[in-house]
Amino acid sequence: MSNLVKSFRRGDPMIWLTGSALGICMLMITGLVIVILVNGLSFFWPQPLEEAKLKDGGVVLGEMVGREGIPNPGQPDHLEKHRLQYRLGNRDLTGSDFRWVNEDDIAGREHPPEAYFVERREYGPLLGTPVLVKQGDAVLAEGPPAVARLLPELVAKAHRDRAAISRIEKDEIGEINYHIERARLRSRKLDLEARENPGRDMSRERAEVERATAEAQARFQAKTEELQSLLETMATTYVTFRAADGAEKELRSLDIYRAYAANQLSWLGRLGVYGGRLWEFVSGDPRESNTEGGIFPAIFGTVMMVIIMSIIVVPLGVLAALYLREYARQGTLVRTVRIAVNNLAGVPSIVFGVFGLGFFVYFVGGGIDRIFFPEALPTPTFGTGGILWASLTLALLTVPVVIVASEEALAAVPRSMREASLAMGATKFQTILRVVLPAAAPGILTGLILAMARGAGEVAPLMLTGVVKLAPELPLDGFFPFFHLDRKFMHLGFHIYDVGFQSPNVEAAKPMVYTTTIFLLLIVIALNFTAIIVRNKLREKYKTGAF
Amino acid sequence: MTVTETAAPDTGLRISTEVKVQSAADREVREPDIVIKDVNLSYGDNHVLHDISMDIEDRRATALIGPSGCGKSTLLRCLNRMNDLIDNVKITGSIMVKGLDVNAASTDVIEVRRRVGMVFQKSNPFPKSIYENVIYGLRIAGINDKATLDEACERSLRGAALWEEVKDRLQESGLGLSGGQMQRVCIARAIAVEPEVLLMDEPCSALDPIATLKIEELIYSLKEKYTIVIVTHNLQQAARVSDRTAFFWLGRLVEYAPTPDMFTKPKEKLTEDYITGRFG
Repeated sequence: MSNLVKSFRRGDPMIWLTGSALGICMLMITGLVIVILVNGLSFFWPQPLEEAKLKDGGVVLGEMVGREGIPNPGQPDHLEKHRLQYRLGNRDLTGSDFRWVNEDDIAGREHPPEAYFVERREYGPLLGTPVLVKQGDAVLAEGPPAVARLLPELVAKAHRDRAAISRIEKDEIGEINYHIERARLRSRKLDLEARENPGRDMSRERAEVERATAEAQARFQAKTEELQSLLETMATTYVTFRAADGAEKELRSLDIYRAYAANQLSWLGRLGVYGGRLWEFVSGDPRESNTEGGIFPAIFGTVMMVIIMSIIVVPLGVLAALYLREYARQGTLVRTVRIAVNNLAGVPSIVFGVFGLGFFVYFVGGGIDRIFFPEALPTPTFGTGGILWASLTLALLTVPVVIVASEEALAAVPRSMREASLAMGATKFQTILRVVLPAAAPGILTGLILAMARGAGEVAPLMLTGVVKLAPELPLDGFFPFFHLDRKFMHLGFHIYDVGFQSPNVEAAKPMVYTTTIFLLLIVIALNFTAIIVRNKLREKYKTGAF
Repeated sequence: MTVTETAAPDTGLRISTEVKVQSAADREVREPDIVIKDVNLSYGDNHVLHDISMDIEDRRATALIGPSGCGKSTLLRCLNRMNDLIDNVKITGSIMVKGLDVNAASTDVIEVRRRVGMVFQKSNPFPKSIYENVIYGLRIAGINDKATLDEACERSLRGAALWEEVKDRLQESGLGLSGGQMQRVCIARAIAVEPEVLLMDEPCSALDPIATLKIEELIYSLKEKYTIVIVTHNLQQAARVSDRTAFFWLGRLVEYAPTPDMFTKPKEKLTEDYITGRFG
């Protein structure tokens, strides 16, 4: 008994209490990370294809993805019997991606070696046996073994052909479209000018515009025809697959992204498929309303938005903090402002989003459109959501964090250091620029790190100010002025929401949510690490010594 | 003047300690460099300095002593208008430094501070390299010529008896030095702009005895070129480095005399009590 009292007096329960609190936090965080990592990273691993022969004569071929007890409350067999979930693919043939099969109904399960898992342009994966390759009317190969020998080459060729088509579509026709649009805007501008001063002779400009339009139109025509003929030559090869239930599907070889015989893959082969899928995920454009393909535009958009936000938020926050700490007379007003800034950090982000939409997009952007882009109206240029407005909104959202951190960093610069500078005949401005700011730089960077962590993870305000489901055109490209800050963009956070909850096929897209989450976390970590490394370099440079 | 050499047992350094007996040449009265006349200073309702008048001689070291809160540091900070940084401060009277009316509203503070350098109680190097620390005053004056800056850096560091110790690591952080070295960097920084007067506010109070001795030697050599005003709590230090000593008590100048006279035959009872350690 007295031991217990003694232990209580020593504070042992307190140690246990604090220790457990920390333990629970750590457990939750590691649990979250492990769940995300396991689910996200296993998604790309090729699973074996299982064929289940049913007692009623039916056949099911698919990846076995789940097994659970069948609930039958109140009965003795409650959760005793099990059912299996198969991912069937073949949405165009069967209409559903997944199917539950009761174990009791299965007569036999096997792994057919000739079964293929095919990733294609539409309708999700196709699971079946390749039986026929045709080019035009000529049969190139017949029977599973012969087709299987031909498939890798076909897939590789499809890959090359798609790259060629995308080059023509995106780069060449994209460029011509850009010129056509420019000519259209110039013509509109001339119309507007003509209305304002009717007397002016503009026949020369008009002729110029018409010539440019005609030239671009001609080039467009030529390119479209070239593309058409290219498509015709490329799209003549067809591969026929037979699904488990005997239904046949003829697939244009151009539409095949990847095909592998899942049950024949060696360990190394699986690794190859895994690596290929991972690379496609990181570097590719999304397909099938974001449930397949890659997330590159989203990664790019996220990083670019955070960088633009940082470029805006740091000068703004530091300047505001400098005034508050160095120039303003410390009194009730400054104290009130400081409290207000702190409270601003707690305002729900959606409020900032609404403000961004109303002020930046409609007011500022609309104004810019009226003044600088009247020829494009009623199509808005800046008067609609875009990466600039989203970044500005996020800058507004995170500026309190930077102000508070910068103010603390400035306050931490010793008075003696300022006095030393002033006593040397430096003005206050010189002192701030040459002594106070360098000494406060690590603290300011801490503020930036916090701001980036918050900004990169924010989604709600972006949905109102410029994020869209699909924007394959990046805000940075080869056309003047290169940075298209008016463009809408994709964002990993929004991508998670979109894929997980807005896609037509949520169950199939679920693993994408995990993988996208991993990349969002990785980007936040990478951005933070960069800032932390810079900060540590600065700290090292200005390390405080002896006493 | 005799110089006794003693070996510091721990460091093996040869340190010279001066026991001063002022020679006739030292007692010659020079033209005053700084003329302080009827200076009163108050922070709000707190009257800190009362009618201070004193002349400080050219190229001599003048020590300001007195108990804490007697106003000696405040007076020192009047000489380069560092008190401007404090709100609610009111100064009357005149302070002339080489003909420049320091306290006049029309006087350029920057000009005053260029001509009157200052070294603080706690060494306060900037978070920059040693080199940039030393040439700071030149940089802010807009001098960017590399040769001029290099020359000024070496000259000032030699002047502060630090050149030999740091010449190979001028680009390293000034904050990585020892306490005594940092204080000498601050002195080098102050003399790099070649001021006329050097103010020192308890420059050794945060240093160990050996570093203190080095700084004292430095002060002794610096007064060949600069007028030095030093505030100190250490009476022995005042006796060692200064030519004249002023004793302050409760914001008043009690006694101001050549240092040997001050320490051997003070005129005022208060001074005698203080220097013999009866209070303070």
